[in-house]
Amino acid sequence: MTSTEPELPLLRIGGLTKRFGGFTALDNVSVDIRAGERFGLIGPNGSGKTTLINCISGAFRTEPGTVLFRGEDITPLPAHMRTRRGIARSFQIPRPFKSMTVVENLMVALDFATVAGGFVPAAHRRDTVMAILAQTGLTSKADLPTTGLSQVELRKMELARAMATHPKLLISDEAMAGLSSSEVDEVLDLLIKLAGEGITIIMIEHIMQAVMRFSQRVMCLDAGRIIALGAPDEVMANQRVQEAYLGT
Amino acid sequence: MNRNSIAFWIGAGLFLVVVALLPQLIRNEYPFFAAYVILQFIVLSVAWSILGGYAGYVNFGTSAFFGVGVYTAVFLFKATGAPLAVQLAAAAAVGALLGFAVGLLTLRMQGIFFSIATIALTIVIETSVTNWRFVGGAAGIQMQRPAVMAPFDGYVQMLVFVQALLVVLAIVIARYMQSSWIGRGLQALKDDELAAECTGVPTLRLKVLACVISGALMCAAGAPAAMYLQYADPSSAFNLNYSVSVLAMSLIGGTAHWAGPVIGAILLGTTQQLLTVTISSEVNLLVLGIMLVVFVVAAPEGLIGLIRKASRKRAEREA
Amino acid sequence: MDLLLDAVVIGVLLGCFYAAVSLGLSVSFGLLDVPHVAHPAFLVMASYAVFFLNDRFDIDPLLAGLMITPLLFLFGLVAYRLYYETFEKRGSDAGVRGIAFFFGVAFIIEVLIILQFGVDQRSVTATYIGKAWRIGDMRIPLRLLVAFAVAAGLTILLSLYLSKTFMGRAIRAVAQDQEALRLMGANPVKIKQWAFGIATAVLGIAGALLIIVAPVDPILDRAYIGRTFCVVVMAGLGSMTGTLIAAIILGVVETIVLTLFGASWAPAISFAMLLGVLAIRPQGLFGRRS
Repeated sequence: MTSTEPELPLLRIGGLTKRFGGFTALDNVSVDIRAGERFGLIGPNGSGKTTLINCISGAFRTEPGTVLFRGEDITPLPAHMRTRRGIARSFQIPRPFKSMTVVENLMVALDFATVAGGFVPAAHRRDTVMAILAQTGLTSKADLPTTGLSQVELRKMELARAMATHPKLLISDEAMAGLSSSEVDEVLDLLIKLAGEGITIIMIEHIMQAVMRFSQRVMCLDAGRIIALGAPDEVMANQRVQEAYLGT
Repeated sequence: MNRNSIAFWIGAGLFLVVVALLPQLIRNEYPFFAAYVILQFIVLSVAWSILGGYAGYVNFGTSAFFGVGVYTAVFLFKATGAPLAVQLAAAAAVGALLGFAVGLLTLRMQGIFFSIATIALTIVIETSVTNWRFVGGAAGIQMQRPAVMAPFDGYVQMLVFVQALLVVLAIVIARYMQSSWIGRGLQALKDDELAAECTGVPTLRLKVLACVISGALMCAAGAPAAMYLQYADPSSAFNLNYSVSVLAMSLIGGTAHWAGPVIGAILLGTTQQLLTVTISSEVNLLVLGIMLVVFVVAAPEGLIGLIRKASRKRAEREA
Repeated sequence: MDLLLDAVVIGVLLGCFYAAVSLGLSVSFGLLDVPHVAHPAFLVMASYAVFFLNDRFDIDPLLAGLMITPLLFLFGLVAYRLYYETFEKRGSDAGVRGIAFFFGVAFIIEVLIILQFGVDQRSVTATYIGKAWRIGDMRIPLRLLVAFAVAAGLTILLSLYLSKTFMGRAIRAVAQDQEALRLMGANPVKIKQWAFGIATAVLGIAGALLIIVAPVDPILDRAYIGRTFCVVVMAGLGSMTGTLIAAIILGVVETIVLTLFGASWAPAISFAMLLGVLAIRPQGLFGRRS
């Protein structure tokens, strides 16, 4: 091994294909995501974005194709093992643990996800959780049941719960859908702040200003295939991307 | 240990002492027959709630586990004359294994399929036992009680104490699970399995664990039944009435707290004993079914939920 | 060999009958996702209604089944409304409680039947019951042939209803995409309620067939939990053709096992097949879900 060998990407997706019955949701998708990158994922509805992150986070099994995380083949691993290795996500439609308070939601992550990084001592658990809530602006909601949260608070709670798993890679699935423009800015600022702490982030989004402001690279999917990958303005200018979005 | 725990352990100790001393105070045997049945239902309901309440998987197979417990004891006794303690331990082990197999096979499925699978399991096992000559087949088998062990002076009294021990064991386990990381994981997966899995919860493993513990306790609860009745036959050991009763007791008591199924089992168990004696067993079953439906519709959190709601209201009024 | 051929022929006839008693569940559970474990109890209840009409007024069981069909339809409408208002509408935790609810309802029906009719087996009288049809050495009970013919007719009718009529297509659509249906201006809840009504109404004839084929007792529904769910799950939820094929498979397997191993294994066959299907291929043989 020589020192000139390029650094291994954080996440390497190789030849990923996913079929549902006769429908091909992902068709031979390969992409590398570098450590510390802010990566935007766009594409029209039904283009395979959510399927792709379901395959990365382990909600779906893939055949054929491989997912390499920090050099390790995680393709056969179930979702919770991937979370423990450092892949966290939020959901397009928020999925809180409804019977719990905000703090308890995050406690689940401390209980189960940080096994690899060592348990957080009992005395520090609440502090750890409160620090994450402060970061996400949810301090005042800490002991409320999740059923009492607004839409934007639910989105933030999901990101906070994901953060409580101590991720190296955070996947945000349309965390801004249905929010007002000031709320979009709040969530976007939060994501940029998290990226500043060295967390690699894949952001799926329809709101183009947010994607442009956030991303260092953008990938566009259409009908399960990559149709463009590169700098945000290049991808936006791409003929096929515009066709996919405007429809022809 | 906090104050709550100390109170709990003192309570458990007192309960066992009282059960042990009762035969000195009450000479009539009938109360012990009734107490045995109620204690047995407490164990079954608490055990059921570990999977059904904490994890939200409705097990209709209580009768399968109970019956397997009965027949593990019957088989061991007939084949080797093993003492009661060995029968109990073996039944718990078989129950754990059965729970493991059932869990692995069926807990990947959505709730309803799991429930159907557990009914199916009951019938398949019952039919197999019916065709098993060694343990009496469909006709059943008479059990000759061995001499009672000191310090007990009646066999039923001894079985009541054994069942009381199982009650304490079941509650200790359920209580520990509820307040530990296992309970939080089960609660999370009950709320949302995918979200739980993506928060690091090994959902399948936790569900199987709950099924193993629940199954072991249910089988253990069934083990002394043949000695209690001095008889066992497949259609009563695997009777679906156990499944319905235990389901009703747990849901009526409320499954969010270990005390729920205990309250439900005491209330319904006592009512059943009274109704069966005073009116008829059919009316008793009718009451059971109607109470189950009424509670599921009108008070989904059970009595525990109603108590909590009432105390919250009182707190609001005082504030 | 002859014995086996007999078993296959009887099995196919029996299978068609199993399809008829499973059709309702195929709609309510297969298409509407209602955890309807009380379906077999409804079926046995219908059989007892047929028994009552036949015993008291000497009405032909099939005619009696037809007579109670509208009542069952109304009963189904009310039952779904109740289920919807108490469980589906509230959403959370509907699964656990919905199953417990139907289980409790099934139990209540069993006990009510016992209180009303006692625990003894009941049967009906009709001209075609007790006679047999001979082909060579083979002896086919006429009652089974009647059940076969009626069951086949019922299955075809319901398939046609679901595929050809407007309401039938709406029912299939509601199973696949409620949102699309709402956009078209239809009310999914109304359609589901109607579908549940149909699923229950079918039990009139099915219940008549049940008591024509063999005597019934109050807890017969327990055996039919296995048979109906086995058929519907094996069929792949909601497929009518699948239901027919799966039911025939069950009928043939049951008859063959009975011939080879004896009646004492009978109760376990459908349940064992159900377990097998759930473990190996939960999406069914002709599944609509991937």
